[in-house]
Amino acid sequence: MQPGGIEPVLVHDPEMGMTYIPHSPKERDEMLATVGVKKLEDLFTGVPAKLRFPKLDLPPALSEMEAAAELSEISLGNENIRTELVSFLGAGAYNHYIPAAVGHILQRGEYYTAYTPYQPEISQGTLQAIFEYQSLIAALTGMEVSNASHYDGATAVAEAVNMADAQWRGKRKKVILSPALQPQYRQTLRTYLQYSDMELVGDDPHADLNASTDQMEYLIDEMTALVIVQYPDFFGRVYDFSHLIEMAHGKGALVCVVANPTALGLLKTPGEMGADMVVGEAQPLGIPLSFGGPYLGYFATRKQFLHKMAGRLVGETVDNRGQRAYVLTLTAREQHIKRERATSNICTNQGLLTLAASVYLSLLGKKGFRQVAELCYQKAHYTASQISKIKGYSLCFDTPFFHEFSVCCPRPVAAINAHLIEHGFIGGYDLGQDYPSLKDHMLLAVTEMNTKDEIDALVEVLSEVPHD
Amino acid sequence: MNIPTNLRYSKTDEWYDPASGKIGLTDYAQSQLSDIVFVEIVVNKGDSIETGKQVASVESVKAAADSYAPVTGKVAEVNENLSGNPETLNKDPYGEGWMAKIEGGDAGGLMDSTAYTKYCEEREH
Repeated sequence: MQPGGIEPVLVHDPEMGMTYIPHSPKERDEMLATVGVKKLEDLFTGVPAKLRFPKLDLPPALSEMEAAAELSEISLGNENIRTELVSFLGAGAYNHYIPAAVGHILQRGEYYTAYTPYQPEISQGTLQAIFEYQSLIAALTGMEVSNASHYDGATAVAEAVNMADAQWRGKRKKVILSPALQPQYRQTLRTYLQYSDMELVGDDPHADLNASTDQMEYLIDEMTALVIVQYPDFFGRVYDFSHLIEMAHGKGALVCVVANPTALGLLKTPGEMGADMVVGEAQPLGIPLSFGGPYLGYFATRKQFLHKMAGRLVGETVDNRGQRAYVLTLTAREQHIKRERATSNICTNQGLLTLAASVYLSLLGKKGFRQVAELCYQKAHYTASQISKIKGYSLCFDTPFFHEFSVCCPRPVAAINAHLIEHGFIGGYDLGQDYPSLKDHMLLAVTEMNTKDEIDALVEVLSEVPHD
Repeated sequence: MNIPTNLRYSKTDEWYDPASGKIGLTDYAQSQLSDIVFVEIVVNKGDSIETGKQVASVESVKAAADSYAPVTGKVAEVNENLSGNPETLNKDPYGEGWMAKIEGGDAGGLMDSTAYTKYCEEREH
């Protein structure tokens, strides 16, 4: 041992067996003395006494076999959309078919790490997959550059605000949010920006939801840093934002379009409309629905904003033998180098999920992806037209929609959904939760996964809902 | 190391030309940063700036740095060509790589080329 070095000790704890602990008892005592407490337990006095060392009333330990049997019995109580239930719920996460090869490729040992490797250039395959993901997202959104992803759609939107803030360097502080931006995204924005002086306006829950884009144009002024709209919006409606974007640019403001990637298989791209940033949730691209994720935030922008964009970025180059090679590039703009002056303090990415999105899009191809979007569109429109024929139900908006639409219901949404679940359907999102004016309004999503029989059965059950 | 005798230098490696009022990054600074890939001048023509205030943000392939005003004065001009050609800072730091022109600057608190040469040499060790 080196003089003054640290000697790791093997501690024998009768409960735990042999445990490797890198700190010697002497070192622990020194640390406790330095912070001014006598024993380790004193560090936890901030926790209420009754919670500090609770007696955990656990059942006797089980063998692995017994535990597996018990857990599998508990899991039988789950109902899910792969087996029993038919889902018409969307509101930000969507049930799409995932080709079997996606899962197979994801689980290859070469890829099965969710992180950008710390010695990135040695993992050419991982970098190539990220580069292809970036290229696919750029093509899909009609933008020039995409980063290597964020945690989810909500945090990608927050990074759009960070980028606008970095771009304006404090000169403009106002961010206008469409009231038809996903409510949870707006909540996430407020969490992210609670200690920032960026001001979020425009999403008053009492705003006239029929006139949202016109109202937004009225709000844009010389202090507006960024305007955020959703495409299709939270109610499923499709607007061409070209005019809004032109108006915003006229005032010098940037515009971020939060887009559903599946819709981009069919609709005009936000890039064509002139958007400065296109961000959103890429879960529909080959990532299964799951409670709490992990999901995938995508972020695309124009070349002129490249240096202000957060996140990792993979570039293509040639090595010293003239062979094509991939590198992490422009890393000096990221927080591990630029520290507090960086656009964002996050530069991690969802490596495995970007791979899922790349594999999904590659397997479907340009034509197949468009077919998915067309099926979603047609099935949703069939569903909407059938539902609007039921007495007591009507479509809330007459704006064109993609695969999601808002329905005015004859009874509270919770009651209708309780009835639907008894018949094996997960009903729509209760819009009254977020919009007081949309009490008894349900947001329904239809994808290629919903068969005509299922749609007809849904319509049947909805028409049975008692009209008392 | 190129350290022209007609210029004055700051401890944060900016140069100031008392004759023209131009400011920029020194040859020492650009060589420490290596290949510069991004420059953003964060002051505008007409701004009043003080010594030590940020003038530009610079990123190279391996590092990021801010560049500060070596003198107090008014921004008479900024070099618009830099953002599209950041490599100019590496190639010609005292010529085409100038960042801004400051009116009314005073070189009083700055080092001359002899002092700056010594200052750079000290940091080499």
